[in-house]
Amino acid sequence: MNTEVVNKMSVKSLEELRKLREESKKKVSLRKDGEGDFIELMVGMATCGIAAGARTTLNALLDEIENKNLENVKVVQVGCLGYCHSEPIVQVNEPGKEPIIYGNVDDKRAREIINKHIINHELIDDAIIIETYKKP
Amino acid sequence: MKGKGGFMNTVRSHIMVCGGTGCVSSGSDKLIDLFKEKLSSVEYDSEVKVIKTGCFGFCGQGPIVKIHPDNVFYVQVTFDDVDEIVEEHIVKGRVVKRLLYEEPFYKRKVQSTSKMDFYKKQYRVALRNCGLINPEEIEEYIAFDGYEALGKVLLEMSPEDVTGLLKDAGLRGRGGGGFPTGLKWEFTAKSPGDEKYIICNADEGDPGAFMDRSILEGDPHSVLEAMIIGGYATGANNGIIYIRAEYPLAIKRLNIAIDQARELGFLGKDIFGSGFDFDIRVKLGAGAFVCGEETALIHSVEGKRGEPTKKPPFPSESGYLNKPTTVNNVETFANVCPIILKGADWYSSIGTETSKGTKVFALAGSVNNVGLVEVPMGTTLREIIYDIGGGIVDGKKFKAVQTGGPSGGVITTDDLDTPIDYESLKNIGSMMGSGGMIIMDETSCMVNIAKFYLEFSQDESCGKCTPCRIGVKRMYEILERITEGEGTLEDLEKLELLANMIKSSSLCGLGQTAPNPVLSTMNYFYDEYREHVEKGYCRAGECKALMKYSIDAEKCIGCTACARVCPVNCITGKAKEVHVIDQSECIACGACFDACKFDAVIKP
Repeated sequence: MNTEVVNKMSVKSLEELRKLREESKKKVSLRKDGEGDFIELMVGMATCGIAAGARTTLNALLDEIENKNLENVKVVQVGCLGYCHSEPIVQVNEPGKEPIIYGNVDDKRAREIINKHIINHELIDDAIIIETYKKP
Repeated sequence: MKGKGGFMNTVRSHIMVCGGTGCVSSGSDKLIDLFKEKLSSVEYDSEVKVIKTGCFGFCGQGPIVKIHPDNVFYVQVTFDDVDEIVEEHIVKGRVVKRLLYEEPFYKRKVQSTSKMDFYKKQYRVALRNCGLINPEEIEEYIAFDGYEALGKVLLEMSPEDVTGLLKDAGLRGRGGGGFPTGLKWEFTAKSPGDEKYIICNADEGDPGAFMDRSILEGDPHSVLEAMIIGGYATGANNGIIYIRAEYPLAIKRLNIAIDQARELGFLGKDIFGSGFDFDIRVKLGAGAFVCGEETALIHSVEGKRGEPTKKPPFPSESGYLNKPTTVNNVETFANVCPIILKGADWYSSIGTETSKGTKVFALAGSVNNVGLVEVPMGTTLREIIYDIGGGIVDGKKFKAVQTGGPSGGVITTDDLDTPIDYESLKNIGSMMGSGGMIIMDETSCMVNIAKFYLEFSQDESCGKCTPCRIGVKRMYEILERITEGEGTLEDLEKLELLANMIKSSSLCGLGQTAPNPVLSTMNYFYDEYREHVEKGYCRAGECKALMKYSIDAEKCIGCTACARVCPVNCITGKAKEVHVIDQSECIACGACFDACKFDAVIKP
């Protein structure tokens, strides 16, 4: 598939414009600022996290978010979360809820977080490290 | 195609680097290259994109770099900082605190724009996409609702609907005149004529104002789209953007935007399949201030001398090539599409009774956050200068703010709480103008400020009418005399007389408003004028010719060398005691300075 050749056709209706907009939106979806109802996924990317494979985790999250066309989720990488024994770590911040921290998140579990926690609102019990942590 | 992680690489972060003229001149183009190099050296180039964007408005702190989706805002980023940002922030997720902005009052570092005082009170309509999109890619403009308003207008609205909507919204000309835009469009629409034109006035000339340039550099499509809508509403098939040649970056981005709009069929024949044809060309001006006046501008576009003519006839009846023509300012156009999409009620809910919507101001001078800000009409000057602007530099005392450029006047502490709109500013002796705001502290001399603006106006006078050509020059000469300590009280009377004469007899806006800075400073700071004339004293210490020599008491050993050489005997003091110069007698010859062997004489 060659995505470089974009069909530069004249836009002749609002439908065509909106189709073009949907495609273009993907390119700029990262640029929504913190306000509003965003679910924030924080991935610990300190030395311990990276060594334990956090980049794979990060990419898996991003890939799954794109696969499922989720618009209200943003993935932010952060420094050490302090749970080095269970890296890679992913913290889920949902507006109005207490943060949930998952440990040992590999590719598979990352996708599970998206599909179960984010989409179906089910917690993945056996992967939770801590859920009573209050955001400072 | 599989990426390193074993699946398609997804871009996870955007590094936005400001590509406005201010930041480009402090090296942002090279920053972009350095970021790209560094990212590829750590193999992150496929997942982190570097994007050149428009002006963030925070020009005093440039170059600006903003990182998405983390919403982290870095200021004054130098070439040496690139490695640290990539290694710390991008690779390890650690914010580089050193590069965050520090609020001037509380001395605390702020990470995101939403928490910065500079952005909190702003409401961005005209600047909505500046700093958010890459202005050289039409798809990014489309992603943020671009060309939706055009589609809606061409397919669902009549030209009368459009002018009606703008009238209801209460949009007024942002170039300074404040004439209702809907009405202007309606006049042209109703003028008989087979061919009509719509012109965008991008001949921004007020010293210190740069909002039009920033809009064109940061979001050129917003102006193009509004011009096409204006063409449809007024019955014009041709648009002309008159822009000064001194804005090379804006011109470049405009041309790119026009090409891209043509490619997608937003310019050209049968736009949106509606049967409406429209095209735009760019006309470069030579940067004459008078060409911001619409009749002069039209003559310049026609290839004639940029000189104004009498109104009426107004351009809406007989403008470019004697055809009905609408001339609107860049910022006015930038407001049109949001009004179409969000409605007249939304727009008219912002602002004051007579002035709706927002206004962009260029903050300059003695203020901490120099830059571009957009606030709802009705915001007070105090909020703009102290809350958004971060107060006066070095904790100095506020003296006055100059608004309206060479056509406006000064506003003092007494009027800081006036809610700003077209009428209120006029009532306190200034005007909205295009939105330049020059903040002055106690070290600014008001006579000198008036002289500065008059020097500009007499330079820019086109010379066609006598009051402006000769009168403004005479006023300037008087001010020059006063700042050199050679003015008389009679000069002050003459200034006022001349000012009122020029105001009432000049042909166009340039001359009619050129005396305003003088009248306004005389009104509020007459004491300073008198001091200059009567005592040869400039309290701000800015008029160099009025500065006198003095002696540093710490350094003076009382050798009497200075007193012996003083030709007017104005230095007193006994041997081995500190000497003093009587400044009212001093003729500033400098003999004492040369005579002193202890560096005790202070040169003005």
